[in-house]
Amino acid sequence: MIEFRNVSKSYDDGTLAVSDLSLIAASHEITVLVGSSGCGKTTLLRMVNRLVTPTSGQVLIDDVDVADRNPVELRRSIGYVMQNSGLLPHRTTVDNIATVPVLQGTPAREARQRAVDLMETVGLDPSMARRYPWQLSGGQQQRVGVARGLAADPNILLMDEPFGAVDPIVRADLQRELLRIQGELGKTILFVTHDIAEAITLGDKIVIVATGGRIAQQGTPEEIMADPADDFVTSFLGLDEARALHVSGRLVVDPTGRPVGRLA
Amino acid sequence: MNWILNNVSTITDATWAHVWLALPAIVLSFVVAIPVAWFASRFRRSRFTLLLVAGLIYAIPSLPLFIVLPLILGTSVRSLVNVVAALGLYGVALMVRYAADALDAVSTDALLAATAMGYGPLRRFFGVQLPLAGPALLAGLRVVAVSTVSLVPVSALLGVNSLGMLLTDGFQRGILAEVASGIGATVVVAVAVDLGLVGLGRLLMPWERAAARRDARRTTVEDEQAVAA
Ligand SMILES: Nc1ncnc2c1ncn2[C@@H]1O[C@H](COP(=O)(O)OP(=O)(O)O)[C@@H](O)[C@H]1O
Ligand SMILES: [Mg+2]
Repeated sequence: MIEFRNVSKSYDDGTLAVSDLSLIAASHEITVLVGSSGCGKTTLLRMVNRLVTPTSGQVLIDDVDVADRNPVELRRSIGYVMQNSGLLPHRTTVDNIATVPVLQGTPAREARQRAVDLMETVGLDPSMARRYPWQLSGGQQQRVGVARGLAADPNILLMDEPFGAVDPIVRADLQRELLRIQGELGKTILFVTHDIAEAITLGDKIVIVATGGRIAQQGTPEEIMADPADDFVTSFLGLDEARALHVSGRLVVDPTGRPVGRLA
Repeated sequence: MNWILNNVSTITDATWAHVWLALPAIVLSFVVAIPVAWFASRFRRSRFTLLLVAGLIYAIPSLPLFIVLPLILGTSVRSLVNVVAALGLYGVALMVRYAADALDAVSTDALLAATAMGYGPLRRFFGVQLPLAGPALLAGLRVVAVSTVSLVPVSALLGVNSLGMLLTDGFQRGILAEVASGIGATVVVAVAVDLGLVGLGRLLMPWERAAARRDARRTTVEDEQAVAA
């Protein structure tokens, strides 16, 4: 369980990224932080592995304040997957995946073997093992990123817009894979996205973050869709009148009459 | 030509002496410049001062430095230590800027990812930042190497053996072939050291070799497209 307790963060230049936010992300669930760009999602996520230190408030993992833990040890115990994969350009696929186990002292051979197994878990062909990151497609790089996040078998996985930079078809694929993996592994996942559709697809819980790092609403996707808390949430969900959809024959059309979908 | 044929062993000796002055100085330049550059890139406010000092050192005329340095080091003017130290000082002065730029240019994404995975500062530097700065460091070191090799002959004016001796001796005695062989051999040493560095770079940075092939291929394809268009 990850708990944010009255956390605020103002950066050196005075930007107030997060203000007095409290939140609990339950164990073995996917909690999605969703909000528009610049609303403080990355800042929140990075408080968990101490890449960012809150100006005030605490972040606790299983009731232990992360501030009391050694940052390097803490980070090795938490998987981190970022946008544009953040792979090390000078390491091959297996070596990238094996990074954290090797840091923890696992013998390189053993770590590589496990990395190859993990490639299968995330749906990567073994022939990619010896490739460098630039020799992989964007989607494949993200799969390596996920495998790397899982390599040390952490309880917690932090994912910062991991599928933001790939095309919609690959993204849907990656989302399906993540749900399948989560079904097997049951990690505590904190997932950041600006895409409400992605949040609804993946989230056991969704937290809608408004500018300034304030929670606009939280709950299950059903709760939020059924009962948006305010106009901001309504508009963020695309449920406002200006975007209301209608059925026209077998087509679903937007208010201007453009087709946006089809009835099943 | 006759002079060259009659003095092959003099030329070889001078060449080796030249190499053994240049190589330690090049290594010294690299080894000293890296921590200085790290400091400059880590503590941004020190950067300007450090690079300024480096620039000033590089501007010191070489002959006076060769003569003054022993007073500081407590060596004799003709000592090899003195010559290597002086060459190294110029090398460091030149290398620091390249190295600081190289370290600064490393992708912040890669560094952040490394920190997020639990790299400590030291490990991150040697395991991520330094290798990723490798290609730019190598480019700088090649300049330093060639500059060092061509600075070595100045030490001949102090009486230290190197290919510079062929120049001073050749001038004094009016032997054109000796001067020419001194210049020629210096160029050969410079090219050899440069090729050696390139080879070392290939060995130490396998990911770059693959990337270079990609870039070459890409350029050819683009060229072909340009021609076709
Ligand atoms: N290192 C920083 N220094 C100053 N301001 C920052 C820094 N990082 C983020 N910010 C600012 O804090 C706010 C929240 O940023 P971020 O957490 O990255 O938002 P998000 O991930 O939701 O896009 C933004 O206004 C951003 O410009
Ligand atoms: Mg962000």
